[in-house]
Amino acid sequence: MAGITTAPERSLLAVMLSRRIVALALAFLIMIVGIAVFAPALFSLDPAAMSVRQRLTPPGAAYWLGSDAFGRDVLSRLVHAGRVSLLIGAGVALAAAFAGIFIGLLAGFYRRLDGPLSRLIDAMMAFPDILLAISLVAILGGSVINVIIALSIVYTPRIARIVRASTLVVRELPYVEAARALGSSTSYILSRHVLLNISSPIIVQATFIFAYAMLAEAGLSFLGVGVDPATPTWGTMINEGRQFIDRSPYLILFPGLAISFSVLSLQLLGDGLRDALDPKIARQM
Amino acid sequence: MARYLMRRITGMLVVVLLVLTIAFIIVRVAPGDPAALMLGPEATAQDAAELRQRLGLDRPILVQYATFMADAVRGDLGRSLYFNQPVTRVLAARAEPTVILALMSLFFSMLIAIPIGIYAAYRRGSAFDQTVISAAMLAASVPSFLTGLIAQRWLATEYGWFPVSGYGGPESSFFERVRFLILPSLVLGIVNSALILRFTRASMLDVLGEDYIRTARSKGMEERRVVLRHALRNAGIPIITVIGLTFALLVSGAVVTERVFNIPGLGNLVVNAVLRRDYPVIQGTLIVVAVLYVAINLITDLLYLLVDKRVRY
Repeated sequence: MAGITTAPERSLLAVMLSRRIVALALAFLIMIVGIAVFAPALFSLDPAAMSVRQRLTPPGAAYWLGSDAFGRDVLSRLVHAGRVSLLIGAGVALAAAFAGIFIGLLAGFYRRLDGPLSRLIDAMMAFPDILLAISLVAILGGSVINVIIALSIVYTPRIARIVRASTLVVRELPYVEAARALGSSTSYILSRHVLLNISSPIIVQATFIFAYAMLAEAGLSFLGVGVDPATPTWGTMINEGRQFIDRSPYLILFPGLAISFSVLSLQLLGDGLRDALDPKIARQM
Repeated sequence: MARYLMRRITGMLVVVLLVLTIAFIIVRVAPGDPAALMLGPEATAQDAAELRQRLGLDRPILVQYATFMADAVRGDLGRSLYFNQPVTRVLAARAEPTVILALMSLFFSMLIAIPIGIYAAYRRGSAFDQTVISAAMLAASVPSFLTGLIAQRWLATEYGWFPVSGYGGPESSFFERVRFLILPSLVLGIVNSALILRFTRASMLDVLGEDYIRTARSKGMEERRVVLRHALRNAGIPIITVIGLTFALLVSGAVVTERVFNIPGLGNLVVNAVLRRDYPVIQGTLIVVAVLYVAINLITDLLYLLVDKRVRY
């Protein structure tokens, strides 16, 4: 493939996994996604089953990760909450990537649209993410899908800005001119020549947005303005465990570790992807 | 220079008008009747009709937009439904702790990030450098409210080194109130130092590879002087930008941190406004914060001119 990135000699995966920490991060992510997807089907875990006698039981044989104030099993709640938190992260990364690619390509390719769209991106980015997200959730309502919509709106400008900048560079390259001379349609040039060649920074940024969205969701749930508290997420679990921090610190410890390690792994993966996709940067680091 | 300034300020005004427009749209896209939403489920149709009239929601959308923009430009952001006061007054009454919290945490994060970032770049690839990069990434991965809760539990409740929460009574002195903000700003400062640290390090790495650094060294100049005078001065520009950009991060962090430490600032106000469906306050906070962000970034851009004499527009 002719492009601005030189084709790596080894496969992308091999380059990424050559760094042990990135390999570890990827393994961790595969593990938690696997648990989130398959565990509820394999084990009878009821996150809502209450047992009044077993309130706030510390981690042990009966409850591996303890039980909460309603006697609910922290482990099953953690697994179910993980499904929601991961779904939100992935949903936001995908939606923001699609919307951002669309807006960014328009701004980068059509000079006339560049000014207005760039100012719009600037204006959207002037709102701090949590503030914009809570305002949007306040208006849309706190369902999982609305949180995904709200956070996608928040993070779309980040992708759009990167897509625009990369498109501006690529559209001046000789092969785009050649394609135009050959009579290719604009949509063909955009999808075939431009988008393919700017995909690396988009993938990297989408990975980071996955991480930011999970953090933001936890923040919204903690503030009590995110997903409806009846749906467990890692953020709502910490919010609920907060009042028992003296007696049962494990109630915030486990969901806290789950979020932190997931976000850390995603950031490491994003870094690893960036290094692998752009060998020039990798060599400098 | 004057032309550049004019262009930047016009650009900023356009962005501010767009910010106002977005804030206008956000409240209007609410599914259903905004007045009924604001009043909650117990309200009668009559109440909703009255509120619609009071807020001008019964008029055509373009008239509403024109009125809203004209009011906003004059500094009138409407009235809070809960406090029944002008939004600007409600915001002003709660700005102090948020502003101090933001400034103090910015100070702490620079205090942590800049020296460590410089040293990590200088000792690039060393164990120190590796540890610092990992620690920065870890700090950016832990939710700030979790760090806050843990710090509050141990440093304030357990050891009593800091006040646990709040902002002092109305009679307490300014220093007493600031004392309440030390732990929250430390927490927020540590969380936000990660970005500044990575930027400082990257920026120093760029500069340390330049020819004039080699020249300075080959002249036999003291290392300290090479790093602090020649390198840092040139690495300073990207560091200034990132400090402007962390403003958004600081505000987002402040919203959460104020909630953890129960500080009566803008963050707590906006979360309560969401819970109370006080849309004018939500809208007003969005506008004020976004306009501040735009202004701060214009200022940091202009600071370039002062730091780097080579930058000419």
